[in-house]
Amino acid sequence: MSKTYYDPADLRKFGNITEWDEELGNKFFEYYGKVFEEGALTAREKSLIALAVSHTEQCPYCIDAYTKDTLQRGVTKEEMMEAIHVGAAIKSGATLVHGVQMMNKVNKLDG
Amino acid sequence: MATKSLKKLGSDLAQSNRQLEILSKGIFQNGELPTFKAKISETNQFPLKAKKLEILQINVGYMCNQVCDHCHVDAGPDRKEIMTRDTMRECLEVIKKTGAHTLDLTGGAPEMNPDFRWFVEEAAKAGIKDFIVRSNLTIIRANKKYYDLPEFFKKHNVHVVSSMPHWTRGKTDKQRGDGVFDKSIKALQELNAIGYGMPNSDLRLDLVYNPSGAFLPGDQTSMEKDFKKALLEDFNIQFHNLFAITNLPISRFLDYLIASENYEDYMYSLVEAYNSSAVANVMCTNTLSVSWDGYLYDCDFNQMLELPVNSKVKHISEYNEELLEGRNIVISQHCYGCTAGAGSSCQGNVA
Repeated sequence: MSKTYYDPADLRKFGNITEWDEELGNKFFEYYGKVFEEGALTAREKSLIALAVSHTEQCPYCIDAYTKDTLQRGVTKEEMMEAIHVGAAIKSGATLVHGVQMMNKVNKLDG
Repeated sequence: MATKSLKKLGSDLAQSNRQLEILSKGIFQNGELPTFKAKISETNQFPLKAKKLEILQINVGYMCNQVCDHCHVDAGPDRKEIMTRDTMRECLEVIKKTGAHTLDLTGGAPEMNPDFRWFVEEAAKAGIKDFIVRSNLTIIRANKKYYDLPEFFKKHNVHVVSSMPHWTRGKTDKQRGDGVFDKSIKALQELNAIGYGMPNSDLRLDLVYNPSGAFLPGDQTSMEKDFKKALLEDFNIQFHNLFAITNLPISRFLDYLIASENYEDYMYSLVEAYNSSAVANVMCTNTLSVSWDGYLYDCDFNQMLELPVNSKVKHISEYNEELLEGRNIVISQHCYGCTAGAGSSCQGNVA
């Protein structure tokens, strides 16, 4: 067994998940591929969204994959960092907006 | 940013046999990744054979005013290998009788060869259909004596193909040197001003995009759209087509891959992106590359790796199109660079 939970080489083995459940694995990859095709959003825009979500999910494999993917699509460092800030803003906003719930509770219990 | 060639620095990697050794050992020797020969054999495409010659690509010298990080030629101001007028005369004899429809002049900066203009004038007289010069753009602004190059190109209806790694200053200068972006923009505006690259113009201006680091180029059509939009909005520049080219793991780019510890991952990326349908149209099947000293190679990359054509005919002086047709193409693992994704060639995608 590996001594760390994450091994960069495992990313290349992602496709192997079909070995233990071919039907669901194939359905997933088919869906995944379709999602990232050019559509109402460009593949470039989708890649930037994926990069931001990779960070909010804190998935090292995804960060690895979509940093490379955005670079390949000509995305600049400035655009990449701005995308991550969007993710971070939603993350912190999601935390802080729960402050209203806390305030409601305090007001009810100790108002 | 590099300022000297690997050759001038006395680097190990300036030696072609050292590069070939790296490309044959390690992950390709221990079976982690299949060799290119094994890969194309899976689809019965080995040996790769040369088809009818369409493009004659002549490298008129390795001297260049730039020292780009990714350069597969290891070109730079310190390279002194320059094609002589005698060798050019031998090339002209071939140009007059070849069935090839495209003459592709490359370097280095081809314009730095002192006999460049003479050669273009003589070759133009030979009446080749498509006449390409691979210009790095900055040469046009490098020295007063080059300022009139756009007019010279126009006079001979030269198809200009220029490198442009990105539509932003930062990414361009990182790869090609400080100030390259501004000079390139100025040169493109000058070319536009005399009609190059304009819609419906016969004066062809195409750009070449190759990635600034250890990653593969994105989709050529999408990249072209992004380049066109940005260059038009920011600088009022127009061009015809964008060729997305993959960096091959040789010479200075190989040196960069090894120094940045990206070599193995990059080779994995190339092998994973292997596209068997790109193999049928790789450029070595319809191109012949001539070096500054007149020797013949399957492509410019094989020229830099000193892998000569597998034929009795080795030099432009003994050129024989019939003997060269059908020859087996010489391959190694760098060839994965031309078969990744939509395929890569000096004319862009091939699949």
